[in-house]
Amino acid sequence: MLIKNLKKSLLVLALGVSAGAATLAHAEVKLLNVSYDPTRELYAEFNKAFSAHYQTTEKEKVTVSQSHGGSGKQARSVIDGLAADVVTLALAYDIDALHDEAKLIPEDWQSRLPNNSSPYTSTIVFVVRKGNPKNIKDWDDLVKPGIQVITPNPKTSGGARWNYLAAWAYAKKAYGSDDKAREFVSQLYKNVPVLDSGARGSTTTFAQRQLGDVFLSWENEAFLIEKEFGAGKFEVIVPSLSILAEPPVTVVDKNVEKNGTRKVAEAYLKFLYSKEGQEIAGKNFYRPRDPEVAAKFAKVFPEVKLVTIDEEFGGWRKAQTEHFSDGGVFDQIYKPGN
Amino acid sequence: MRSLKKPSVIPGFGLSLGFAAFYASLIVFIPLAALFAKAFTLTWSQFWDTVLHPQALASYRLSLGAAFIGACINLVFGFIVAWVLVRYHFFGKKIVDALVDLPFALPTAVAGIALTTLYAPQGWIGQWLTPFDIRVAYTPLGVIVALTFIGLPFVVRTVQPVLEELEKEIEEAAASLGASRWHTFRRILLPALLPALLTGFALSFARAVGEYGSVVFISGNMPFKTEITPLLIVTKLEQYNYAGAAALAVVLLVFSFVLLLLINMLQHWNSKRAGG
Repeated sequence: MLIKNLKKSLLVLALGVSAGAATLAHAEVKLLNVSYDPTRELYAEFNKAFSAHYQTTEKEKVTVSQSHGGSGKQARSVIDGLAADVVTLALAYDIDALHDEAKLIPEDWQSRLPNNSSPYTSTIVFVVRKGNPKNIKDWDDLVKPGIQVITPNPKTSGGARWNYLAAWAYAKKAYGSDDKAREFVSQLYKNVPVLDSGARGSTTTFAQRQLGDVFLSWENEAFLIEKEFGAGKFEVIVPSLSILAEPPVTVVDKNVEKNGTRKVAEAYLKFLYSKEGQEIAGKNFYRPRDPEVAAKFAKVFPEVKLVTIDEEFGGWRKAQTEHFSDGGVFDQIYKPGN
Repeated sequence: MRSLKKPSVIPGFGLSLGFAAFYASLIVFIPLAALFAKAFTLTWSQFWDTVLHPQALASYRLSLGAAFIGACINLVFGFIVAWVLVRYHFFGKKIVDALVDLPFALPTAVAGIALTTLYAPQGWIGQWLTPFDIRVAYTPLGVIVALTFIGLPFVVRTVQPVLEELEKEIEEAAASLGASRWHTFRRILLPALLPALLTGFALSFARAVGEYGSVVFISGNMPFKTEITPLLIVTKLEQYNYAGAAALAVVLLVFSFVLLLLINMLQHWNSKRAGG
């Protein structure tokens, strides 16, 4: 009797809760975007615009929460159960891990949205001190003796992997072979006095500690340095060739199905590709994909020859195993005696 | 039967023991067991390859060596700080006393950034050391500085209460019986303080071995030179190599455990000797 009663009341309770949840869902949709470090400003602005857009088109109120941190760490949080509806990370390798480690997304996630699922891009540029005292113009200047290069540790920083690959791509084009590229990159890392664990750490080392002659940086971070530490203290140098950094985005299928947020999550990512979304990316120093919007920002972003990771390195999985995994080229560079 | 049970001074022994065991398993044993379980998803050869890799060996040397030196420095200077705080009265003593706890309270990343700012070649302290060719930030010396900083409160806070209990009269008695200052220190004070000093040393060391936040900013993270083991653990995690990361963690854990065990044995031996 007691058990029966208990069952009944539990049932009523469950009904009540689900009804409550349902009305709540109608009143307000919540979305969690798990992103990497330098996108704070970008998504703060974008989320506001998206909420307004969704309100007018779908008559629903959306609140987007953000989480920021190192790209790899953020991916691990999602793998370990952080209920992200969408992820917007620094490199495809970290999103691949959501499939490889936890099957949260299908393997072909990157072909679901246009442009490799990367609505905005960036590239790697040089930041030098005012007046460019060491006269640094291109990658070749970084391997000269007596030049100190600041770049984070590619083993711990996603951004630093782009730096490394950009240098490699340049050397391969300039000197013709992978062996030569390897020599070049080893030489370059001989000029690196400190390997910070993340991109923001390197920014501090260069800008505040006054260490180093040149800082390899995301283009969007380079602009931020000028803004934060005062224009005129630093100069941005664009090398002859760099890499097209594509920070990709995706819906996390397993989570949106659980949260019932697929529709709004997909609309959120689609809005990144809209004119308005592209403008916001451009204003926050990410290169827009939309040709029209890109043309508007042409003055901000200098033209530079860009190679992609797919043509040059055969995709992230391959690049990661060859260069950055334990025992890869980067580890060999630092082997004692090399 | 019931009447045979010896009543305890504190009631509820069974309940509190049960609670203590439950609580300890929840907070300590289960996470540690999970760590070991993860590490041993590797085969033996994979496990040994990971933990005996030259880069890992270099990192143990730095992590354990710097933690040991840091704990030794804290042992000496922490004792002096505790002595001064207990035995002397001076203006601002309360403030100094509170300052000692700061390394506990400060987020470690903040400590690391602050220390790096001071000791970088252009920093407030660093610029005065550069002419003498002494580099602190981005060298193993910087790691020692950071680990000394975070470990200080452990020694001070364990020695201080014991020192407060020691009455000055004992030293006076020793002096009146003709003991020299050194003799009083060695035969009267040190035996009483030794357990607290050892505990403080062990805590300071164990804390330093696992320290990550403050060290990564000042160490420079150069492979084979200034790379601490916790950083290596993070690089394994960046490759989604959870088992490899757990394997390195197990090594650190075993080192710390052995050291703590040794110190406990030393304490035991010491108290037996003192008692006998």
